[in-house]
Amino acid sequence: MRRYLIQRIGQNLFTFFLFLTLVYLLLDAQPGDFGNIYLNDSRLTAEQRQVIREQLGLNRPVMERYLSWLGSLFQGDLGLSFSNSMRPVISIIAERAPRTIILFLSVTILANLLGFAMGKMLAWRRGGAVEYAATIAGVGLFTVFVPWFALMMIWLFAYKFNLFPLGKFIDPVLWREATVEANTIFLRMMLTGLLTAAAWISWLFATRRFNPGWRKAARWVGTLIILTLPITYWATNGLGRYAADILHHIALPVLTITIVNFAGTMLLTRSSMLETLREDYIMAARAKGLPEAMIRDKHAARNAMLPTVTSFILALAFVMNGGVITETIFSWPGMGLTLLKAAQTQDIPLVIGSLVFTGALALTAHLGADLLYAFLDPRIRVS
Amino acid sequence: MQETLVRPLSTDGASLLQIPLWRVRLKLFLRSIKTNLCLFSENPIGLVGVVLIIFFFLFMSAHPILMKFVWDPTIYDPVMGFESAIAEHPSAPSPGHLLGTDPMGRDVLSQLMWSTRAAFVLGLIAASVTAIIATTVGAVTAYYGGLVDTIFMRLADIIIMTPGITILIVLATLVDLQMIHLAVVLGVLAGFGGTTVIIKSQALTIKVRTYIEAARIAGGSDWHIIFRHIIPNLLPLAFLYMMFGVTTAIFTESVLSFFGLLNIRMSWGLMIYQTSVSGYLMDMSKWWLIYPASLSITMLCAAFYLVGRAMDEIINPRLRKR
Repeated sequence: MRRYLIQRIGQNLFTFFLFLTLVYLLLDAQPGDFGNIYLNDSRLTAEQRQVIREQLGLNRPVMERYLSWLGSLFQGDLGLSFSNSMRPVISIIAERAPRTIILFLSVTILANLLGFAMGKMLAWRRGGAVEYAATIAGVGLFTVFVPWFALMMIWLFAYKFNLFPLGKFIDPVLWREATVEANTIFLRMMLTGLLTAAAWISWLFATRRFNPGWRKAARWVGTLIILTLPITYWATNGLGRYAADILHHIALPVLTITIVNFAGTMLLTRSSMLETLREDYIMAARAKGLPEAMIRDKHAARNAMLPTVTSFILALAFVMNGGVITETIFSWPGMGLTLLKAAQTQDIPLVIGSLVFTGALALTAHLGADLLYAFLDPRIRVS
Repeated sequence: MQETLVRPLSTDGASLLQIPLWRVRLKLFLRSIKTNLCLFSENPIGLVGVVLIIFFFLFMSAHPILMKFVWDPTIYDPVMGFESAIAEHPSAPSPGHLLGTDPMGRDVLSQLMWSTRAAFVLGLIAASVTAIIATTVGAVTAYYGGLVDTIFMRLADIIIMTPGITILIVLATLVDLQMIHLAVVLGVLAGFGGTTVIIKSQALTIKVRTYIEAARIAGGSDWHIIFRHIIPNLLPLAFLYMMFGVTTAIFTESVLSFFGLLNIRMSWGLMIYQTSVSGYLMDMSKWWLIYPASLSITMLCAAFYLVGRAMDEIINPRLRKR
């Protein structure tokens, strides 16, 4: 197993390196160069432009520039963003990446849990009218034109029912007198969220060894206690209303993308369950006289989980694809919107920075997938 | 398909010789199509997809006929037309314009029909490029293994790791991207990426079958084996992934046009982009500006996806009901 892991990590790092090279060369091959935007000042003469270009190193050969870019990348320097008054790209990414990651992490988790549960039931009740209706609805959601669907959701929930704000990250009127920055609060919310999730999952694992008679009760009580802790923390520290404002803004995007994304997992789980249900061990479980729910949840669904896990991880790797669409529609100031704006204003350093972030995200997801596979699939674990 | 091969051969050898080989092949081909059609028609979900595709195909074919005989090109042209009889654009649906006009005074129905052709052409080109590349590369890498395999699989890894829409958005803002370029780029990306990996794993199972060995013993060259024995057996799977490829291509094109990044005459995504640019995006009283195009994208994507799923259940016997 160690050999497998080392091999996969090496391969992934190599792929990431190739990705970086490709991104740099691809953008370098585009017409015009970084300097054109930066030097877009008509008062400069041709000679002055030449001097500045030389000072920026834009006249050097591609390989030299690539190597120096790679060198500064590993020192955490991604250059300056032209369209954000020369702010360092790395600080822009540090500010906006958490918003994208949190939005899509919560969406992906919710969508996968929901999709897995629904897909399990669909495969179990194969052939009925419910299944056909759910499959067609699922395919419809899976292939729906996301910008339009998101607009419908905004129109319905934000405009018609006035339940949620129309978009954006915070409400400027409320934050006018705030003493802390929105990002500080957001990061703190992230931290409490992660801690709560970690506590909850470890509690679920801890109760696995409990007596089945009162395991369920213990789980519920534990969940309630774990949930009250962060709520009291935010209610008492005086910043609660700001946190609530951010939550209010994130709710509609999360709802929308969850509805779009869960269908894919549902359809995948259904196919995977159908394959598993034909296995001999399911018949053996039936022959033993186990209750149907146990065969479904413990014998079939567990084994049908592997492709779902892969799709979950890959969904994390492709966050940016959906990110550009959703963040633009909801004007959510995350990395997707940043990338689109940067590309439209030809802010090449920020474009490259965003793409590097995307690649790093994909790399992390793929490494996670390999680790999970090694953990879940005994064929890999043992050999 | 293999069982049906045996029957004509088991008849009298002398009479078999009188039948030309192509006729036997044609007969076998028709028979396999018939069995597969039977299997396909058992699945109502696939039929929904087929009906939708036929509907869109007829919808698309009607446009040139209408333009030639019924509609005046100066009014109904999807790009250059203008309805001067109506004072205010966008105008609501009327007998002359069944889906109203857009903010620039053009007929929405005509745009919708014209864009259907664009969607079909784009989807089919992209999917064909994908299928050709993925089948060839998959078969060759599976057959030879070794260095060829390593190179193409690492290439596939990079493409899988790259978020396609994001890269295309960046590229489209920097260079002038037309419909046909986009179709080829999408096809090549999918062809060298994920689809190859799936087709290759299928080719690996075919490579070890006995008839491949028989062909080799009979003196067949590598290329003969790859193109006459391995690839024909990969075609059903390639065709299946073509269906999914069409869905992806149409969706990607729509997203890119929705952001106004493509240089094309007219497409569903562009229709929504123009609605958004003229500020009618959230105006639900002007539903004909956004609903028809969005629903068409969704329905055509879903149609190809449904057909793909139904085919999946035929090609992959583990998913069949019985």
